[in-house]
Amino acid sequence: MKSCLVVDDSRVVRKVACRILSDLGFDTAEAEDGVTALEACRFHMPEMILLDWSMPNMTGIEFLRALRRGQAGEQPIVIFCTTENDVAHITEALGAGANEYIMKPFDREILEAKLAEVGLV
Amino acid sequence: MNQDDLAYLAQMLRRRSGLALGQPKADHIENRLAPVMRRFGFKDMESFVAELRHGRDAMARAVTEAMTTNETSFFRDRVAYEHFRDTIVPALMKRRAATRRLRIWSAACSAGQEPYSVAMLLDEMRLRAQGWTVDIIATDINPEMIARGEQGLYSHFDVQRGLPIRRLVENFAQEGENWRISEPLRRMVTFRPFNLLDSFGWLDDVDVVLCRNVLMYFDQRTKAAVLDKIADILPSDGYLVLGPVETPQGVSSEFEAADGMPGVYVKARRALPRAIGA
Repeated sequence: MKSCLVVDDSRVVRKVACRILSDLGFDTAEAEDGVTALEACRFHMPEMILLDWSMPNMTGIEFLRALRRGQAGEQPIVIFCTTENDVAHITEALGAGANEYIMKPFDREILEAKLAEVGLV
Repeated sequence: MNQDDLAYLAQMLRRRSGLALGQPKADHIENRLAPVMRRFGFKDMESFVAELRHGRDAMARAVTEAMTTNETSFFRDRVAYEHFRDTIVPALMKRRAATRRLRIWSAACSAGQEPYSVAMLLDEMRLRAQGWTVDIIATDINPEMIARGEQGLYSHFDVQRGLPIRRLVENFAQEGENWRISEPLRRMVTFRPFNLLDSFGWLDDVDVVLCRNVLMYFDQRTKAAVLDKIADILPSDGYLVLGPVETPQGVSSEFEAADGMPGVYVKARRALPRAIGA
């Protein structure tokens, strides 16, 4: 079973995303900010991370840069999932190593399409 | 909706668009037609169909458009686009090296996602940069869809289904909540409302016909007629691309499957005449 870490400060978004991902056969875990997510990754590196941008303590982009800097070997696929929907943010995310980008609001169809883009479904 | 109204609608749709409803479900049809019914000021389906029977063309047209609008997305059925990029276009580039011209027809283009997906691929393959002239003709029975395609403006839901994020930022400009296809790509595509039951005379030779997820809604006779007309406009080395569940086999003898490309068809090789006395 593929593993996924959902990183978002909204409990509702985490719940919705985890439910969809579970339906699609993922083993899911949650983190409410970048710091918690980095700790979770040190303990167990998931195959995919669904990542919000604006979060307390450590933002999504800060988390992504730390993640891409810190790990040798196999890196997880990172899909941003955020309300930061402008070209500047998208370009910055891709430059920092994001694999795909979901613009909120999203639904099951969009999440599934993006997972297909990165070869996970 | 009663059986008589249902039968009338099925017959009208077949006559106007070729659409064969098969075993039509009243619920499905009522759901699709409810917005049209309200738009024309009717409160129930019976009086709406009764008025339709009086031959109001605008209503009949609106009903046909509502029933023939199909879901689509950018790069729908990824494998078909891989065949197009990796095999079909390279083969045609060799064969058309003298004219450096390609004509591609998206026969049921909906709101333009298919022809613009083709335009993006050809742009990535740098055909125009190498001096090729590329004409993408995009038709649909529904003028509303054609207008949307010409505008090239898509919601954030539209652009997130089938379109990788890199292609989005490279080929679209953001306009508020929506995204508009870039002007060079928009200029590659010519949109036109067109009913596949009508004459194909205006099309001339087309190198590739994309007619995906359309034939499945037609009865056998209409399928055969459309396939025969496609064969007329396709040169002997052209390609026909159908949807994953569609095939000309058993319907038309004009086509045969292309090697190693499911869903892609080429003109059938005619049996050579036997030598006299052989």
